[in-house]
Amino acid sequence: MTEALDRGAAQRPLLSLRDINVTFGGVRALKNVSFEVLPGEVHCLAGENGSGKSTLIKVITGVYRPEPGAVIEYGGETYTHMSPVTAQAAGIQVIWQDLALFPEMSVAENIAFQTVVGRRPRLVDYGRMREAATAALKRLGVTLDVDRPLKDFPIAQRQIVAIARALVGEARIVFMDEPTASLTQSETDCLLDIVRTLSASGVAVVFVSHRLAEVLEISSRLTVLRDGALVGVYPTEGMTQSRITELMTGKMFDQTVRARPMEGRPVVLEVDRLTRAGLFEDISFTVRQGETLAITGLLGAGRTELALALFGMLRPTSGSIRLEGRPVRFSSNRDAIRAGIAYLSEDRLSLGLIQPQSIADNLVMASYDRLLTGGLLSERRKRDLVADWIRRLAVKIGRQEDAISTLSGGNQQRVAIAKWLATNPKLLILDSPTVGVDVGARAGIFDIVAKLAAEGLAIILITDEVPEAYFNADRVLHMANGRMANWFDPRATALADIEAAVYA
Amino acid sequence: MPKALHSHGTEIVLLAVIVVLSLGLGLSTERFLTLGNAFDLLNISAVNIIFAVGLLVVLIAGGIDISFAVAASVVQYVTAVILGSIGGGEWISGFLIAASIGILLGVFNAFLIHTFKIISIVATIATFNIYFGLLMFFTRGVSIYNLPDWLTTRVILFEHQTADGSWIEITLPVLVMVVCVIATSFLIGRTTIGRQLYAFGDNPEGARRFGIDIGAMQYIAFGWLGLMAGIGGLVQAHYAQEVVPNALYGRELDVLAAVVLGGARLGGGKGTVIGCVLGVLLISITQNGLNLLGVSPYAFKMIVGAIILVAIALSNSRLERLFGTARSQGARS
Repeated sequence: MTEALDRGAAQRPLLSLRDINVTFGGVRALKNVSFEVLPGEVHCLAGENGSGKSTLIKVITGVYRPEPGAVIEYGGETYTHMSPVTAQAAGIQVIWQDLALFPEMSVAENIAFQTVVGRRPRLVDYGRMREAATAALKRLGVTLDVDRPLKDFPIAQRQIVAIARALVGEARIVFMDEPTASLTQSETDCLLDIVRTLSASGVAVVFVSHRLAEVLEISSRLTVLRDGALVGVYPTEGMTQSRITELMTGKMFDQTVRARPMEGRPVVLEVDRLTRAGLFEDISFTVRQGETLAITGLLGAGRTELALALFGMLRPTSGSIRLEGRPVRFSSNRDAIRAGIAYLSEDRLSLGLIQPQSIADNLVMASYDRLLTGGLLSERRKRDLVADWIRRLAVKIGRQEDAISTLSGGNQQRVAIAKWLATNPKLLILDSPTVGVDVGARAGIFDIVAKLAAEGLAIILITDEVPEAYFNADRVLHMANGRMANWFDPRATALADIEAAVYA
Repeated sequence: MPKALHSHGTEIVLLAVIVVLSLGLGLSTERFLTLGNAFDLLNISAVNIIFAVGLLVVLIAGGIDISFAVAASVVQYVTAVILGSIGGGEWISGFLIAASIGILLGVFNAFLIHTFKIISIVATIATFNIYFGLLMFFTRGVSIYNLPDWLTTRVILFEHQTADGSWIEITLPVLVMVVCVIATSFLIGRTTIGRQLYAFGDNPEGARRFGIDIGAMQYIAFGWLGLMAGIGGLVQAHYAQEVVPNALYGRELDVLAAVVLGGARLGGGKGTVIGCVLGVLLISITQNGLNLLGVSPYAFKMIVGAIILVAIALSNSRLERLFGTARSQGARS
């Protein structure tokens, strides 16, 4: 075969969709969308939450059926719709955000689970399973003990297991939905290497991520969706993060430094040589009224542990905490809440909110004692309080009684913030508030932060994304290995310098 | 060795506890560490082990069943009535009838759970009351003593008198128990259905995305427990040589405790047949030992309850952690 022919074949799309329309209960989720993936390419599917990314993936994998008129061409065949069975048989594999793995089973069984599925019951061939699993891991250039139960491995390795599983299914195209959302930087790098390996071996990868830096690093082309419609397809070469944001949201975001001078304002929190052996050491700082202090650093730098100590959930071994000048010593987070400290946890979905409960119940969870009249819960006060916060934070909800799980990530985050604001805190600690939240909603959250700061609330913002700290805080504390490494003033330092220091 | 600890931590801990307990009882009583007593223990435990391996399958699939013991009583009664009306029958027809009725009662639970989306503990508490209520209503609490001769005659497959004068006996209940144990172990360990049951119990949504038939899983799990309940019911009637309507009432909790003791998890995806058998044996040995020690039978329940608490607290968390099988702590997981 000549080289020219070879290239010609490689340019023909592996997957091509045209005129895809999907409607849910009167709402057009996808409007005349088209989408194309070349064999072996890494393609990024970008868009805000609710832009139709997941719906599109579900059309391709046969979970949803598009309206008549749709054309799906895949591997030389034309379909009007897919079914989960045909999609899988044809090598279309999805790695779901929740991975859909079996923690109690061995790694081998997780990877090769496909071999025990099927209508006809038969005997399990453990030997073949182990072989298939080992071969798939080898293709990814990874070694794992395939006999150990999956639960023994951390999330990053589980991700690899999920990818290896897709390979056992003879994948020709793999969809990855937010694969790096819960990975550290080095784990993410490792995952991106694996994606490159996959792509080099001829498997196309469609990457969905909110982290735009990654998107630019890994993919060669980019399809952007907004409000269920196609915005366009772009080469990633020459693309910038702010340009992608603009395409996704249709809005320009002014990224200006919000830092202001704080000297002379009353001190809310004063931490002096706070230490918890093995986790953090000798941490001293103050936060003033209306000030936003960002604490940044790599995962494992001790940021979250420090926050937990301030919130009474971790007992410091030495050092002191003073709140509005008075020394405090919390024996539990209940004490901390009473003293006026609020903490919005890192893992909002699992720790901060109770998913099946209503928006109203979630919102008042930390402030029930303020809703009591004569020892009984006042439904009227509860309704008013909820309505007030919903309005102040511009949360988009249907009814207060709806389950919190019906809200988008950004709106859930707002409810989680409102829950703590309803306790009337003096100090608000926000731990990685934008994990899993898309670009537009991020801007909304930081607008709220700025507004709260302007109202006089002292805020500690913990984040591992330096730009977030840089643009939204008055001062930036860099932590490394449990110690204070640097102080930065965003007004006097360039973003690149802080990034260089933190990511070094 | 570490590998065995990783994959069979609970079983090894249980076995160790059984060995220590047995040595202790062997030293403090004359009769405990004799072959005769060991085989007695097997004979006594046979029915509970049959129930336990059935319940194990339901627990693995993420369900729970409170009704199987009274279902077994229903099976005993209905089987006795049918056998009487067909003129006596023999072992084969007896097992076929008992198994069929057992499966029917088990499948009814699956039907309620799958069709009406009732969680299994609620569905089976309901059927527990329905089955037991119907049984007491129709029997008026009266026992059946005139069972067919073949059913009440002890079947001794092997016997041998040891030097100390005690008898080693392998009886039919033990044989049936061994067959049930092997069959269950084959089902859950060697067939694709078994692995699908584990997967379904471990992560139902993940299993659904693989195209596993969720309804089939429920019917298989509860059907299998029904089958075991039916067989166990008939064997118990044979062992007791009578059918007493409330003889098995309350047995469900003893068996459930033994199965959980054996490492099965309420919530699904975990559990082994060996662990299950060891769990039942540990409880039987404790009761047997207390008996031989001359402890008041009124104290049994209390002591067995305490042992279950201690053993589960140790085997499921602490000891496994000591052996290094604790979950690795992912940074954010």
